[in-house]
Amino acid sequence: MILTRIALGVGLLFVVSLVIFWATELLPGDLATQLLGQSATPETVAALRAQLGLNDPAPVRYWAWLTGALTGDFGVSLANNRPIADLIGARLGNTVFLALYAAALSVPIALTLGILSALWRNSIFDRMANAGALGAISLPEFFIAYILVLWLAQTGFFPSMVRINPTTTFGDRLYMTFLPALTLTLVVTAHMMRMTRAAIINLMASPYIEMARLKGLSPLRIVLRHALPNALAPIINVVALNLAYLITGVVVVEVVFVYPGLGQLMVDAVSNRDIAVVQAIALIFAAAYIGLNLIADVLSTITNPRLMHRR
Amino acid sequence: MGFAASVTLGLAGLFALAWVLRAGARALLTGHSRSIASDMPLTAAFGLLVIVIYAFVAIAAPLLAPFPERDIVGTQFQAWSADHPLGTDRIGRDMLSRLIYGARNTVGIAFATTALAFVVGSLLGLWAALTGGWLDQILSRFVDALMAIPALIFSLLLLTIFGTSVLSLILVIAAVDATRVFRLARSVAQGIVVMDYIEAARLRGEGAWFLIRREILPNAMAPLVAEFGLRFCFVFLSISSLSFLGLGIKPPTADWGSMVRDNATLITFGDVTPLLPAGCIALLTVAVNFVVDWQLYRASGLREATQ
Amino acid sequence: MTREVLLRIEGLRIEGRSGDTWSEIVKGVDLTLHKGEVLGLIGESGAGKSTVGLAAMGFARDGCKITGGSIMFDGIDLRRATEAQRRALRGKRIAYVAQSAAASFNPAHRLIEQYAEAPVIHGVMARDKAEKDAVDLYRKMQLPDPEGIGFRYPHQVSGGQLQRAMTAMAMACRPDLIIFDEPTTALDVTTQIEVLAAIRDIVRQFDTAAIYITHDLAVVAQAADRIKVLLRGEEVEEAPTRQMLDAPREEYTKSLWAVRSFARPVQPPATAAPVLSVRGVTAAYGKTVVLEDVSFDIHAGRTVAVVGESGSGKSTTARVITGLLPPTSGEIVFDGAALPPALKARTRNQLRQVQMIYQMADTALNPKQRLRELIGRPAQMYLGLHGRALDARVRDLLHLIELDPDTYIDRLPGELSGGQKQRIGIARALAAEPRVIICDEVTSALDQIVQEGILQLLTRLQDEFGLAYMFITHDIATVRAIADEVVVMQRGRVVDAGHKTEIFTPPHQPYTELLLSSVPEMDPDWLTRLLDSRA
Repeated sequence: MILTRIALGVGLLFVVSLVIFWATELLPGDLATQLLGQSATPETVAALRAQLGLNDPAPVRYWAWLTGALTGDFGVSLANNRPIADLIGARLGNTVFLALYAAALSVPIALTLGILSALWRNSIFDRMANAGALGAISLPEFFIAYILVLWLAQTGFFPSMVRINPTTTFGDRLYMTFLPALTLTLVVTAHMMRMTRAAIINLMASPYIEMARLKGLSPLRIVLRHALPNALAPIINVVALNLAYLITGVVVVEVVFVYPGLGQLMVDAVSNRDIAVVQAIALIFAAAYIGLNLIADVLSTITNPRLMHRR
Repeated sequence: MGFAASVTLGLAGLFALAWVLRAGARALLTGHSRSIASDMPLTAAFGLLVIVIYAFVAIAAPLLAPFPERDIVGTQFQAWSADHPLGTDRIGRDMLSRLIYGARNTVGIAFATTALAFVVGSLLGLWAALTGGWLDQILSRFVDALMAIPALIFSLLLLTIFGTSVLSLILVIAAVDATRVFRLARSVAQGIVVMDYIEAARLRGEGAWFLIRREILPNAMAPLVAEFGLRFCFVFLSISSLSFLGLGIKPPTADWGSMVRDNATLITFGDVTPLLPAGCIALLTVAVNFVVDWQLYRASGLREATQ
Repeated sequence: MTREVLLRIEGLRIEGRSGDTWSEIVKGVDLTLHKGEVLGLIGESGAGKSTVGLAAMGFARDGCKITGGSIMFDGIDLRRATEAQRRALRGKRIAYVAQSAAASFNPAHRLIEQYAEAPVIHGVMARDKAEKDAVDLYRKMQLPDPEGIGFRYPHQVSGGQLQRAMTAMAMACRPDLIIFDEPTTALDVTTQIEVLAAIRDIVRQFDTAAIYITHDLAVVAQAADRIKVLLRGEEVEEAPTRQMLDAPREEYTKSLWAVRSFARPVQPPATAAPVLSVRGVTAAYGKTVVLEDVSFDIHAGRTVAVVGESGSGKSTTARVITGLLPPTSGEIVFDGAALPPALKARTRNQLRQVQMIYQMADTALNPKQRLRELIGRPAQMYLGLHGRALDARVRDLLHLIELDPDTYIDRLPGELSGGQKQRIGIARALAAEPRVIICDEVTSALDQIVQEGILQLLTRLQDEFGLAYMFITHDIATVRAIADEVVVMQRGRVVDAGHKTEIFTPPHQPYTELLLSSVPEMDPDWLTRLLDSRA
């Protein structure tokens, strides 16, 4: 069953790669005329078409693109002819670092807050946490980012721009990327907390929780022994969903803090209409997104006795 | 900080006004609408009031704004003054006027986009749930594949292809968002389609359009309305983010996202002016969320009461 | 022989919340229970029996609060006790058996782990001893494979077995008192017997006091020493079981007893050709065959009762007749001509002839449509009525089902009682002016008195319009009351069929015998006699 799920995930990734590739076919005219503009002579267009391999049929080009991508070769940028793999290189690492940093901060905070506010439902704590979360969800990411800049960077505690190079130490990195990571954390924590709370409250209403209470068990034991094992699947899904959300979140945050990551690169590529780079980065983001959901599905299958122990 | 104080005071004033209006509604209304008003928490009243104010500002923008939207009326980055209450922007346009026109442009575009996404997404979702079989399979698998690409990333991909005009922005975001609406509408409808009254209507020989219009839609309305609010927030934030990234609504059109981007340099000097448009975005999103929360609570409360 | 008092509840008041308003749902109930005694608590839905039962544990569900009275358990005041003191009692000295065992076992743990939990936590016995004890009790509860069954997860065990495992679990600490909250309601009749017998024996064996909550008088009569009747949160009367059955004092109690006395006079066998015939129908969901070679006839002015337990294929037969599930072979013949197998291929007139009434009126009526539209739509669609004519027709139909048109015509289903909703379902079927009506368990979700009203109404309409009914039910009492012909189904096949008097007169087919003998009777000795005769 787990194997089928993994196979499905790979299949989905394949379909997504098709969608991303097929997107270029939607271009009015074709890529070459698009790049050169209306005033280009037929000769130059033809030359560019040959150079981009546009004369091959679409399936052939798709196959070349996909096999290239799988070996880390995404072709060259249309804007400056540099290999896309080089452009992505270190930036991929930076983005992953930022996302993991934010995840490490937000997951424990969000789960704790979510579980506590579910247990103390309608208490002052719950109301405050909910109001705070609702507020954080409603703010655009760049707003949170600039407010943090205004408060924390203006006072000189943290840098408002991130300048990192290969020689930066791990500690310095943590320090310099604190503000972008905090911005992401605030946004994601709010979502994750609300969803965790809803999942737990939903669960606490089930008859088997009432049964546990009627057996005279302590509240702590009810939560740990009776609620938590059943809450694992929903919580895993909540975490996966929000980590996936982080992937999108980095784009805006990277721009605000001038962080040298994939998001920044993608925004530049979209402005330049550098479709080759956009496709490559979209594929990477989509793969990460699908991978996260796949892991979540597999983990929640493993934790569910109904799926692991058939009749 | 005088600015923080005046913001706090302004919000408190809005809350007080919301309280007064709610009290008035309780006193004046009768019957069903009165019971709605008396159940309404203060946050929801506040949310409704804010939404009404935004709608008014958007409609009456030319009357309210002291200067035209796009005209350069002063030197760049003027400080707050009697002539320009919120100063001027990077090339000397009046900030207040642009903020007011922004209500029309940003909110209007977000609303149109959400409405488009909703009509397409919910109709397809209801239809898929009702018909089932291969149609449902094809539509659902297609939507699954599209949803496997993160929304912002997919939007960026499509914007690269279609260019970043306002029309393509609306179409692209609506298309991406329609997939989410489809999912929700389909799952809501699936809960309704298994009901015996749907079977009874089928046995009567009713057609698909009657079933959607008369049997399913009235029962799906409450969750769909709440979802409309949430989707609007999401679309509104997405469009603002894209504009902020320079890929959405572009100057000279006054738009809150691009206004933040345009004037961001001031923030590093400790000036809050560029954050005002972001604050406008945040206030509306909070307001809509308050109203949606109340609606969701009402829907769940009603269910409990009828059990 | 009166033993010492174990539980004494006086003047109990409990409030429940709906929306933002609190209203009293238990209005001053007194209750006394002696050691080793079984008290039956009966009443219709909304009587507050479960709420009282839980209050005996000092427990109130979310949205309920105990507002008055005292609850004394063996000298301990449960209302004044601290939560920790109450917790020490629950599971150890007072245990609970819920209606739905499938939902009340934690799906994440094996049965035996859940069994051992209370004894270990309350310090009654160590885990290994508790597990040995569990096997012993599983054997006493006559569960199959007592050594192995504890190591299964709840979803791997059938409903009747889970209910017995839950009773064993409640017994784990050898409590003084067990609250049984409708423990057999969700089970089929033949399973109900087994569970009921097991519960009765184990309670007697360990001399445990019990409160047995149910809406079924015949069930409670088998197990209880005394019976208390509740109505809308108040006590109607209380008496020892035999006295209560022989000579109920209050009108309400008498009316509860009288329900099963309603019966339609026996009709002569029909001589005309059948209106609708099911001929050799075999049907499947995917590859699973759910119906095999099912045949029977339905005559005008007569009722065919299709009887069987869950999974017997009675509702599937209805789906085949209406065209929702086209059969793999066989046919449905209406008025001498075969109907197209699939719904979509049938003409409007063919659809009109066969109407359906559902079990759950709540889900069968669109909650957003007013009665005018609910009842009017078939008349509009099939008979082309509009405007005044339609309005008059809807009013006629409301008259027929004994509801005042002026009061009800613009109401929503949510503003009606359960019985009224079911009447609307009947009116909607009548609006099409059909010749056959399929009634799918139409009375089983209703309280007994309301059931009788519906059955009488259906009988009156049948005589007035010469309707043919196919009556799907699992309730033998209903079959006795209204059927002319009976079809007994088991696992997708017809195992017995014939005129009602034939079916109910011995000798019976073996399965019919089992089914008939499993129906509880209003006789405290019935279960003992039955078990003796089966042994």
